[in-house]
Amino acid sequence: MEWMDFFWAFVIGGAICVVGQLLISLTRLTPARILVLFVTVGVVLTALGLYEPLVELAGAGATVPLTGFGYALGKGAMEGAMEKGILGAFTGGITATAGGVAAAILFGYLNAVIFTPKTKK
Amino acid sequence: MEKKRQKTPQEQRYQQQVKEKMPRSKTLPQCLRAFVVGGLICCIGQAVRAFGENTLALDPDGVAALTAIVMVFLGATLTGLGVYDKIGAWAGAGSVVPITGFANSIVSPAMEFKREGLILGTAAKMFTIAGPVLVYGIGASVVVGLITCLLAG
Repeated sequence: MEWMDFFWAFVIGGAICVVGQLLISLTRLTPARILVLFVTVGVVLTALGLYEPLVELAGAGATVPLTGFGYALGKGAMEGAMEKGILGAFTGGITATAGGVAAAILFGYLNAVIFTPKTKK
Repeated sequence: MEKKRQKTPQEQRYQQQVKEKMPRSKTLPQCLRAFVVGGLICCIGQAVRAFGENTLALDPDGVAALTAIVMVFLGATLTGLGVYDKIGAWAGAGSVVPITGFANSIVSPAMEFKREGLILGTAAKMFTIAGPVLVYGIGASVVVGLITCLLAG
């Protein structure tokens, strides 16, 4: 059912962000460290088979947060390893995330060139 | 290390006051805002997924790639327009943790350092935060892939 997909995407996606907020508020981790931490945790949880059920339940609620980027990397590497062995272990992760990374580079560059920073009040 | 000593009643009273005034009580509203904004961003992602699945009839890999590309585009463009930082000031981690925040972390420093040139300014600074994310993320994925090889082999 379509609306339940959105409900779970909202709840799980929001909850993952709350974990990040708690880390920022209570431990004073900087956002940069949060991003690195979340991607790495996503890879590890995927390897342990713990993240896949979350993706099945919440869809974008689990794939849009940066842990989902880690999930795509980890899943890609594992599938690559099963299909093509050691070579696949190297190529699988980047292959699975190539679209997002290429988009980040192209759109990131274009936006940085076109726009200038807004003066902060 | 500070030496332990008995605090005077005055100091204790002062510290009590500091504790009451400290912004610790902000944590709950911060978490609520992060929850709402993070949840809404994921709902936009879910709408893109539904569009890819139902309208474009993409396979699961295609849906994942489409969602990532669209969300990154939105995050990068809203950052360029100066909108994302305003959302971020209110939403905290709600704007950092989604992949739109990853795009934001690329555009922000790149814009900021444009005056140092298009190569060592813009292009190099794109990866001040994204670089470490890719190093640890991709590095971990290769390790996981190699372990999978060992276990399967």
